[in-house]
Amino acid sequence: MSADETGQQTGNRPEHGGKPAASDEQRLLAAAELGDGTQAPPAVPASAERLQPELREQQTVIQRIVTGNALVSVLAVVLALVAGGILIALTNEEVARTSSYFFARPQDMLIAAWTASSEAYIALFQGAVFNADGSTFTRMIYPLTQTLTVAAPLICAGLGVALAFRAGLFNIGAQGQIIIGATLAAWVGFSWHLPVGLHLLLVILAGIVGGALWGGLVGLLKAKTGAHEVIVSIMLNYVAINLVLYLLTIPAFQRPGSTNPISPQLDETAMYPPLFGDAFRLHWGFIVAILATAFAWWLLNRSTIGFELRAVGSNPHAARTAGISVTKGYVVVMVIAGALAGLAGTAQVAGTEQVLTAGVAASFGFDAITVALLGRSTPWGTFAAGVLFGAFRAGGVTMQTNTGTAIDIVLVVQSLIVLFIAAPPLVRAIFRLPEPGRLTAKPRKTASTGGAA
Amino acid sequence: MGWGLKLELKGITKRFGSLVANDHIDLVVQPGQVHSLLGENGAGKSTLMNVLYGLYEPTEGQILVDDKPVTFDGPGDAMAAGIGMVHQHFMLVPVFTVAENVALGNEATKAAGMLNLDDTRARIREISDQYGFQVDPDAVIEDLPVGVQQRVEIIKALVRDAEVLILDEPTAVLTPKETDELLGIMGQLKADGKAIVFISHKLREVKAVSDIITVIRRGKVVGDAPPSASTTELAEMMVGRAVSLTLNKAAAQPGEETFTVSDLTVLSATGQRVVDGLSFGIARGEIMAVAGVQGNGQTELTEAILGLQDHVSGSIRLEGHELVGKKVKDIIEAGVGFVPEDRSVEGLVGTFSVAENLILNRYDQPPFARGLAMKPAVINKNAEQYIAEFDVRTQSAEAAAGTLSGGNQQKVVMARELSRPLKLFIASQPTRGVDVGSIEFLHKRIVAERDVGTPVLIVSTELDEVLELADRIAVLYQGRLMGIVPAGTSRGELGLMMAGMNAEEAQAQQAQVEAEQTDVEGGEA
Repeated sequence: MSADETGQQTGNRPEHGGKPAASDEQRLLAAAELGDGTQAPPAVPASAERLQPELREQQTVIQRIVTGNALVSVLAVVLALVAGGILIALTNEEVARTSSYFFARPQDMLIAAWTASSEAYIALFQGAVFNADGSTFTRMIYPLTQTLTVAAPLICAGLGVALAFRAGLFNIGAQGQIIIGATLAAWVGFSWHLPVGLHLLLVILAGIVGGALWGGLVGLLKAKTGAHEVIVSIMLNYVAINLVLYLLTIPAFQRPGSTNPISPQLDETAMYPPLFGDAFRLHWGFIVAILATAFAWWLLNRSTIGFELRAVGSNPHAARTAGISVTKGYVVVMVIAGALAGLAGTAQVAGTEQVLTAGVAASFGFDAITVALLGRSTPWGTFAAGVLFGAFRAGGVTMQTNTGTAIDIVLVVQSLIVLFIAAPPLVRAIFRLPEPGRLTAKPRKTASTGGAA
Repeated sequence: MGWGLKLELKGITKRFGSLVANDHIDLVVQPGQVHSLLGENGAGKSTLMNVLYGLYEPTEGQILVDDKPVTFDGPGDAMAAGIGMVHQHFMLVPVFTVAENVALGNEATKAAGMLNLDDTRARIREISDQYGFQVDPDAVIEDLPVGVQQRVEIIKALVRDAEVLILDEPTAVLTPKETDELLGIMGQLKADGKAIVFISHKLREVKAVSDIITVIRRGKVVGDAPPSASTTELAEMMVGRAVSLTLNKAAAQPGEETFTVSDLTVLSATGQRVVDGLSFGIARGEIMAVAGVQGNGQTELTEAILGLQDHVSGSIRLEGHELVGKKVKDIIEAGVGFVPEDRSVEGLVGTFSVAENLILNRYDQPPFARGLAMKPAVINKNAEQYIAEFDVRTQSAEAAAGTLSGGNQQKVVMARELSRPLKLFIASQPTRGVDVGSIEFLHKRIVAERDVGTPVLIVSTELDEVLELADRIAVLYQGRLMGIVPAGTSRGELGLMMAGMNAEEAQAQQAQVEAEQTDVEGGEA
């Protein structure tokens, strides 16, 4: 019981100076005194430690990272691309060769460096957005559809992470939620045989249920036992990965006649139809991702559930006092987050991959965290970030084949984005932006005296 | 340098963007004087001191030490120049000893980097003896009472040879006894040639200890006053207008007793009986105020009523319905309005807009929501209405509640709780940190709620607030009820009850004390 904090929490004591009390001077004198009593005993240190400073601390850190400035997000991407470009140049053979006579003819190396990084990024763009060299229009826009195909699961899973962030939870378990969602969806997809329409609907539902179960479990454990969601969700990731590995060895899941851990192909009726015909891999899963984003936006900003979640995430104490159940909020948000991740899993098995393998989630679950961070945990921000990351993935392949630049550069760029987002002061320092709180936070100390001002 | 040092602030101006926190402030602090800075919350006292202590850079103006201009780039510079500051929030490491805390920042080391605290210990003993601090250098901070921790802060400054001591609201965290001791210490330091800048808004203390009083209002020096100035004068200087001193409330018209608490006991997480067998009732149209030193069970009592406490036994009945064991939401919907004691932590979601905060506990009720869908138009209209009615000073209904000043935040909470029909209204520290103008307003609203026939429970550690609002006063001490006394009870008697005496004992002793005082005054005359 730190008695000093007890006093501090009560912080801003009122200004009693001219407090209305009685008409005569004596009463005013009385009024002016702190009414802690005249002969007070040493105060039993107040129960002020109910505030759990470490909880508040965690809240503010999360909030600072996830609800940062949009400009910082954009600049983080720019910085990461610049740093990536430097790395590309550094690893380029031509640059290495010309650097041997750098002091004689520095421009050779600089030109080589520029060429290496710009060519790599042009290839990245061609592989991700638009390939002007394509022989047909289909070929030209094919990269963009690839990007969107990859983006679909990223967006869905990113939304799950973002929603949890907004409720003050670090949901590291998107990976496991994707896997379980995909597993259930795939099972419904290849073992049930149902009419067109109904089958896909049930597949999607199964994916949602699977993810929701896995996510809800995290929320439930947090709510009932106080277990930290980061630990629980990381552990459940391992459980999910090993569970699917095991399942793919038993007859119910393993492809008949195969010894590899791979499921049968899903029924035609169970799969997302292609969006623009068979020439493209882009499927209706992307439309589902758009719908999911719109849903998440509505949920967060226009529904009572979102109100509760945001209240719990911003100030659990006030939420509790207002009659909002914090523990219920944790369960609800994790169920919804898991369901969204389950949609990502569905997009994988019923759209892109069409089978269930142990690698069905790739690294989408972890990229989703970055996507949510980059999107500042807003639904449409997450959507944009998901598309960007989809582009990195789709374009990275082309970059490697066309220019020989290792695809790992994309990973580096992605990681640097996280780094820069988590360190806004660094970004601000580099671009010499003003401190955001500077004009609002500090004057509060001096803010005018309430309504009287 | 000889005897202390003279500190002078010349035309100090500090702007934050367009906001002028300090506007050409001139101040001369002489050695051997207690110089009080008096002003309301947000008047600019703390900003000025942070400028002086090197935490803020002044936009304009000069600081002179012994007539020589200086610039401080940080507290280190200020300390080196002989300026020490005791913050309102102590800067101590709770698990360290006194000596470790004092040494922190300029630790002496022995060979191989071993910490050498012997000199520090000796210095602490020396200072402690000199001023009668009674501080043991080897005591662990978290075991020490608040008053002693504060002395450790003073020692920290003195060890670094501070000649000017800034005390920022030092008595806010102290009990009255500790306050008296602190005032004594200030007198000794002054006698020793130190200059003391005493920041406070408590007129009594300021008058008792100051040599000169400088009043600051809205960032400007309003003027200096001698300690002999009357409290009315000081209050008016501080507030800037004649202060309304009385709350003209009509006598209560108590009706039926619809709210009863019987044998209520609340256990803390560690099993202590923080509320111990309380029984009382509040009638419709009556204000019951709970008085007591902070931390004597008031918080737990109000939270138990709202269903926020876990280990509650006994009975709380509102209009015949039992509240114990119900969910917070059900209790709120049963018509209990609750203003929590710490609005920024429990009353508001700082990142939410004012409009959202105004419906924080009714967000899912019609007309604000239908099913799961909330209705922003209705919510905003509601906000406009209450912002106007409660005169909440905010840029817009969309502004984040956290950006409002304390008084306006409190108005938002009060507006929310009073904007629906209530069967019981509970307000904990309803005017803590609120400016004078808003206090009057909030008190009137509370009385108005009483006058429509709602039982009202007020908890306040401000005795004057209790005296002003109450129709009856319940005094809590260590979770137990010391008695329920009528509104007119004297401060002295209430003080004794707050110290753990029951009503009869307190009355008897107070009568005796008053008799003695009359004798002493007679003798002096």
